[in-house]
Amino acid sequence: MEPIVVAKNLTKSYTKGLRALDNVSLTVDQGKVLVVMGPSGSGKSTLIRTFNGLETFDKGELNILGITVDSTHDERKIQKIRRRVGMVFQQFNLFPHLSILENITLAPVQVQKRRQIEAEEHGMYLLSQMGIDSHARKYPNQLSGGEQQRVAIARALALKPELLLFDEPTSALDPERINEVLDAMRKLAEQGMTMVVVTHEISFAKDVSDRVLFLDSGKVIETSPPDIFFSNARHERSRKFLNQLDKN
Amino acid sequence: MKINQKIFLQFGICIILFGLIGILINNLIINLIRTGLGFNFSWLLKPASFALAEHPLPYTSSDSYTWALIIGWLNSLKVIFSSLILATFLGTLIGFARTGKNALLGLISAGYITIIRQTPLLLQLMFWYFVGFLGLKDNMFIQIKNIFNISNQGVEFSGLNFSSEFLALLMGLSIFTSAYIAEVIRGGILSVPRGQWEAFRSLGLSESKGLIRIIIPQALPAIIPGLTSQYLNLAKNSTLAIAVGYSDIYAINDTIINQTGRAIECFIILLVSFLLLNLLITNIMELINRLILKSRQYS
Ligand SMILES: Nc1ncnc2c1ncn2[C@@H]1O[C@H](COP(=O)(O)OP(=O)(O)O)[C@@H](O)[C@H]1O
Ligand SMILES: [Mg+2]
Repeated sequence: MEPIVVAKNLTKSYTKGLRALDNVSLTVDQGKVLVVMGPSGSGKSTLIRTFNGLETFDKGELNILGITVDSTHDERKIQKIRRRVGMVFQQFNLFPHLSILENITLAPVQVQKRRQIEAEEHGMYLLSQMGIDSHARKYPNQLSGGEQQRVAIARALALKPELLLFDEPTSALDPERINEVLDAMRKLAEQGMTMVVVTHEISFAKDVSDRVLFLDSGKVIETSPPDIFFSNARHERSRKFLNQLDKN
Repeated sequence: MKINQKIFLQFGICIILFGLIGILINNLIINLIRTGLGFNFSWLLKPASFALAEHPLPYTSSDSYTWALIIGWLNSLKVIFSSLILATFLGTLIGFARTGKNALLGLISAGYITIIRQTPLLLQLMFWYFVGFLGLKDNMFIQIKNIFNISNQGVEFSGLNFSSEFLALLMGLSIFTSAYIAEVIRGGILSVPRGQWEAFRSLGLSESKGLIRIIIPQALPAIIPGLTSQYLNLAKNSTLAIAVGYSDIYAINDTIINQTGRAIECFIILLVSFLLLNLLITNIMELINRLILKSRQYS
């Protein structure tokens, strides 16, 4: 079966000379979970944002769900990709002027032209999956961070995506709120969702991921199964990074 | 600062203010005595005995000054509110183009904003009047089966007549104000966090849908105050009507002063007129603002 994500030699510079992505290649197969780790500024966000066209790249090629994009950033193809790929952000980015349910039904109704009633039924189902259906009529600022992030996951799921991208989904949360979000993500992985997750949550990476990709200065330093990465990382830089994480 | 000092300072400011007001009143009285006219408004009932080219309601020169002033008011309101609508429409489009993804549109709108803001409004009005409308020949070009007719007399559109003076003022005020409104819109759009753009894009919403459904509703609270002040400016700027010979409230007051010498009364009328007009605009905008806030229970 064709992989869900294939990146070949992705290279990108925001400013001349400084590479945010440097020849990054990777593959994510259907139903697999790839965790991306690396120090701050190493290009993790830039990398996963290229997957749904939020960032362009200068060189290389990307194939998402069989749709190939290159540095020309074909808007029509990117639009097609976005309809099949969900994304969850560090800062949740819920729409503050819409109710929780409206946040979730907006895209299915506007993009997929589904009927409002149908979208709402599906939205309520997703909210109950996330354990927050009682908040459907509330507004984002009435919810805790953990609840907002679970709404954001439900919103990303509303388009029935074939790939989910997470950019540090728990980094903005209070420590006691982190697990409710990680548990929701675990459940998705168990249901066979293909996911790319930027996170520093070691236990999540150990339990859920199939592989860990370590990025530094825009370069892939190593890609290893989690048991190897966390006990016996191949590269000095990975080990240093993990030591640093342990201390914090 | 100590309390004593504060009170002392305020006391001093009050004395200076009262002094200035005293001087003004003194000047006023001296002027009134000099002109020998006294201070009264009974002349308002006398016939105006001047003609008005533009009157939305029936008017002849035998009508009273009061009626002439009312006509002036209506003319002012007509040009202010039509410019306000056109300026908002243009300004919004240009503001969108300025913030949009299209580099060429962005450049064009930035150029438009710069040129319009760097030249005096009076000059722009003259341009529209002399170049834009009086430049047209007697009965020239477009005349589509008597429905739409442009000439130096203005525009006739299915029975409705718009004079060259009105149109020059409308164009001048709308285009001038639209450049400022575009900047207000742009500021409002930029006040919405980047994450909101990323969120709607990642959901597959198009740029225009995202702008309308996600960005604008959140930008409005930042836009409304700036918009209000541009509307107030527009209302005040409309008094430049006199430069193109449009009979607005200011131009009519000017004629009356020339005829009757009642400068002080006329200035009071003008002052009150504009105070009322601006209060009206401010209140309408505040109402709109409150409606928006109310529709957003989250805030
Ligand atoms: N919009 C931008 N403009 C310029 N430089 C950027 C921009 N976004 C990210 N960068 C730079 O690119 C590099 C990678 O950033 P990012 O992908 O956000 O890293 P990470 O998510 O791993 O912290 C950093 O050096 C960062 O400063
Ligand atoms: Mg990041």
